[in-house]
Amino acid sequence: MDERWRRRRIVNVLAQGACVLAVGVAVLPLAALLVFVGSEGLAGLDWSFFTELPRPVGEAGGGMANAIVGTLEMVAIAAAIGVPPGVMAGIYLSEFAGGGFAKVVRFSVDVLAGVPSIVVGIFVYTMLVLWMGRFSAIAGGVALSILMLPTVTVTTQELLRMVPDGLREAALALGIPRWRTTLRVVLRTAAPGIATGVMLAVARAAGETAPLLFTALNNRFWSQGIDQPTASLTVQIYTYAVSPFEDWHRQAWAAALVLVGMVLTVNIAARIVLRHRVE
Amino acid sequence: MTEKIRAERLSAWFGKSRALREITLPVLERRVTAIIGPSGCGKSTFIRCLNRMHEVVPGARLEGRVMLDGADAYAPGVDPVRIRRRVGMVFQKANPFPTMSIRDNVLAGLRLAGVRPPSADDLVEKALRRAALWDEVKDVLDRSGTSLSGGQQQRLCIARCLALEPEVILMDEPCSALDPIATAKIEELIHELRERYTIAIVTHNMQQAARVADFTAFLYLGELIEYDRTDTLFTKPSNPRTEDYITGRFG
Repeated sequence: MDERWRRRRIVNVLAQGACVLAVGVAVLPLAALLVFVGSEGLAGLDWSFFTELPRPVGEAGGGMANAIVGTLEMVAIAAAIGVPPGVMAGIYLSEFAGGGFAKVVRFSVDVLAGVPSIVVGIFVYTMLVLWMGRFSAIAGGVALSILMLPTVTVTTQELLRMVPDGLREAALALGIPRWRTTLRVVLRTAAPGIATGVMLAVARAAGETAPLLFTALNNRFWSQGIDQPTASLTVQIYTYAVSPFEDWHRQAWAAALVLVGMVLTVNIAARIVLRHRVE
Repeated sequence: MTEKIRAERLSAWFGKSRALREITLPVLERRVTAIIGPSGCGKSTFIRCLNRMHEVVPGARLEGRVMLDGADAYAPGVDPVRIRRRVGMVFQKANPFPTMSIRDNVLAGLRLAGVRPPSADDLVEKALRRAALWDEVKDVLDRSGTSLSGGQQQRLCIARCLALEPEVILMDEPCSALDPIATAKIEELIHELRERYTIAIVTHNMQQAARVADFTAFLYLGELIEYDRTDTLFTKPSNPRTEDYITGRFG
């Protein structure tokens, strides 16, 4: 009896230790990344980074104002294209779907979510860039919207499922037509959650590089319009990081810090809002 | 006494499983009809057939007829929305809309149907008074409907239903989640409402049926076993299964 108890205690301690170790291994990369990007990035970060254009090689200083604006611009385009159909597809799947067609839609959404982002980039390059004859913010935005679409759909669907059936029945039993019930009761109840979910999807899209490489390309100057090549933080990081220049490396770190800061801010804000709603 | 609603050979299914077997039962005008029976006997399904809420459940279907003022509620071309306006429903679990204030909850039925009531304040007061809730909430009408206690929430749901001026009110175990005091209030309310409305109430509480109902129907395994005046059914049941149930020998 005593022997067994001792063995159980040893196994318990070992298992607990293994769990703590695993948590450490999982959290360490994030912590290391934040510390590293933070310390390296701060060194290259100053006010001009946010206000100036990149300088030519050999000239120190300059900033990435165009890339910051470009990223925001393309994310906005992507959200404008991707969010409405994503939300509507989510509503369809949660509220109206049944039978074979819904299964097809659900399967397609899953497949789309699994398509590597570089493949989306090639697709948009072939369909849009070659057709338009040039790289552009539109093409970049379209590529990002394709990546956003499945996330938005799944988030919307899941949050609508969390709305208790009792509310749907309450509305229907009051003689409110189905579509109004969906719009004014179900969607309205889930709206804050859906909004935050959409924000997270948008933030994730902001961090994509591969689909922008050959859709929006890059631009050392202010973009002349949304049908012109446009700089983005991610592509700029890539370009600067692989360059041989010390000053560019510094700026790449600064850009990385800004990007992480943007994504993290949205993430944390979304989570706070969501937790608030759940309570 | 006229029959406000009459179910005729009503059968209902969920997918392949049959919930109701050819039930023929009247619900008399301005009377309270209680539906009793053990869990899973089809009580809720039965009243959900009366306002066409049964068909909301995926895979649900039914056969037979439900006559509302002599006209089949399931006739082709009849809009379920119109039936539900005339036949209101109160659920087992109080379900006020969480995004709306107390006031907006009362008005929800009209507003969400696209109607802008001309004298909304009067309407809110009238409905809340009839639901015996006015005195408790008249100073906090802008507070969320979900901030109320369970019993108050249930009366708010009743007020929401009354604001639409239905002809019939269906109640699906409205007190099963409430404490005895809140239950007493709802029962008192039912007594007052029967002057104006036709009421059908599902309950698993036989004392409650005896207290509030003029007529009682006993359902067992999806079949109607007995229907009679409440006092007759509880004192001189004609079917031995009814007697077994009301004396607590099963169920």
